[in-house]
Amino acid sequence: MANHALFRPQMTGPQPVAGEKIKRQDSPLLNASDGVFADRVFAWAILACAVIVLAILVLIVWQLVSRSQLSWHAFGWKFFWGQDWDPVNDHYGALPFVYGTLVSSLLALIIAIPLAVGVGVFTTEMCPRWLRGPLSFTTELLAAIPSVIYGLWAIFVLVPILRSYVQPFLAKTLGWTGLFEGPPYGIGMLAAGIILAIMIIPIISSITREVLAVVPQHQREAALALGATRWEMIRIGVLRNARAGIVGGIILGLGRALGETMAVTMVIGNRPEIAKSLFAPGYTMASVLANEFSEAAGDLYLSALIEIGLALFLVTIIVNALARFLVWSVTRGQPARARA
Amino acid sequence: MGVGIRVENLNAWYGKTQALQDINLNVQANHATALIGPSGCGKSTFIRCLNRMHETTPEARVEGKVKIGEHDAYDGTSATKLRRRIGMVFQKPNPFPTMSIYENVAAGLKLNGYHDRKHLDEVVEKSLVSSALWEEVKDSIHKKSGASLSGGQQQRLCIARALAVEPEVLLMDEPCSALDPISTGKIEELIFELKAQYTIVIVTHNMQQAARVAEYTGFFLLGRLIEYGKTEKIFTNPSDKRTEDYITGRFG
Ligand SMILES: Nc1ncnc2c1ncn2[C@@H]1O[C@H](COP(=O)(O)OP(=O)(O)OP(=O)(O)O)[C@@H](O)[C@H]1O
Ligand SMILES: [Mg+2]
Repeated sequence: MANHALFRPQMTGPQPVAGEKIKRQDSPLLNASDGVFADRVFAWAILACAVIVLAILVLIVWQLVSRSQLSWHAFGWKFFWGQDWDPVNDHYGALPFVYGTLVSSLLALIIAIPLAVGVGVFTTEMCPRWLRGPLSFTTELLAAIPSVIYGLWAIFVLVPILRSYVQPFLAKTLGWTGLFEGPPYGIGMLAAGIILAIMIIPIISSITREVLAVVPQHQREAALALGATRWEMIRIGVLRNARAGIVGGIILGLGRALGETMAVTMVIGNRPEIAKSLFAPGYTMASVLANEFSEAAGDLYLSALIEIGLALFLVTIIVNALARFLVWSVTRGQPARARA
Repeated sequence: MGVGIRVENLNAWYGKTQALQDINLNVQANHATALIGPSGCGKSTFIRCLNRMHETTPEARVEGKVKIGEHDAYDGTSATKLRRRIGMVFQKPNPFPTMSIYENVAAGLKLNGYHDRKHLDEVVEKSLVSSALWEEVKDSIHKKSGASLSGGQQQRLCIARALAVEPEVLLMDEPCSALDPISTGKIEELIFELKAQYTIVIVTHNMQQAARVAEYTGFFLLGRLIEYGKTEKIFTNPSDKRTEDYITGRFG
């Protein structure tokens, strides 16, 4: 890039003049005063921080791996296919949790993607200038709400609405699909999916906004000059150019949904069963850890929980890395800037 | 076939600043008309008023009359319909980077609702031939993306994209300013051939270029059209002192 030269590290501090140079070489201690020493300390400190972060990561993985050995030896890969989660008989299969995590996250994505991308497109492309700031500010604020608050809100507001209006309606209209049948408790997979959707909308929409903002203005003009309507312009001149980044935002949202614990635990029903109906209660990997870890008696029980933790950890790391890469590939180091 | 353009009492603003004042001008059908003038004098603003791109800038405003052939551009009909009859080539080549060469050229046609494969194939080839790009890319129109071409090739791709919808008018805003002399030469030749079929309005800072490609030339200064007439006359015997000063390089 052209402006690399600007960022080339420069020697700071006074430059020695010719005569002085010799004197300084004689007495290395004097060098400490010209700032080079401080620079070095700083560089080492930064490096140390980076190493510590990496070390923590490695340590976590190592802990999880070593402490889940017992369960791994007992069940092998079958651990992830087993449907029985039976602490009484000390037999563990994690499929209901894997299933619950995947289904609730996918449900969240299905609900959140159109809304979040829509909000992102609306804020960058359509809404009047004065509304842009407040709108993005408010969506961003949504991301700052602690998840236990979302959980509470879900219990007191969302669940009753689902129970008395949404679920009866869905059962009547779409019950034949088998996805919406059974008693409408309110609490269950559907509630978890909806609350997760609300929680990941801010992430997806702010990333969408960011990647749309770096689409060059000349792409919009190219489309308009061809006679594109506004929507066609957004489609071929904007969304198409930003799609990899938007997908990155979606995956980042998925990463958040997979690992989200508190709010989900509060509304999903916490029953380790696999049911086709979204009205039925379920359980997720994160929730079972939160709920059962403190009361897990027995080494195998604990080890099985840790193995779930390891799986969750690996999946979210991979998902996040993928997402960051996609977002990076679109913005490619350009600072997100407000569009002129 | 190209159509003429009539501009009457055209005024344009960005917010409160007026960028064009009382422009009156007749562009001849099937000829090339060059617009010259110092930076900031309103040339881009003027040609963006012809296809109503000016109004896509926030707070921009236009008054006056523009007739493209028989149609009044500002009579309340939709701007998108108007733009489909007018091709535009920008200063900086702006192909769609995620589309292949083929898709780039076909983009305008698809917007117009043409999806017949055979028809698209024909038009894409024809447009790339007329923009003198076909020979260089014919083996890779589906494989290569619009962004993978060189700057000069990208600009010819943009010309092909504009030509594919068979516009009546082709607007070019400094189409060669980002290009090397060889690509510039190619595009000038191209303009020379295209004006048999299209009405071309080209903005340029290069006076030799104006003299080479255009029969008519308009000189803008500070938002006004100072002089307009046959290119020969403007360059050899201008009637306005300011035009003379500009083309002899005494300012600007
Ligand atoms: N988006 C904008 N907002 C506000 N003012 C603008 C904008 N674009 C252009 N202007 C102003 O309008 C005037 C005419 O600009 P225009 O771009 O038409 O000049 P130009 O003749 O094309 O110049 P150049 O040769 O540098 O391209 C200038 O004074 C410029 O500052
Ligand atoms: Mg200009």
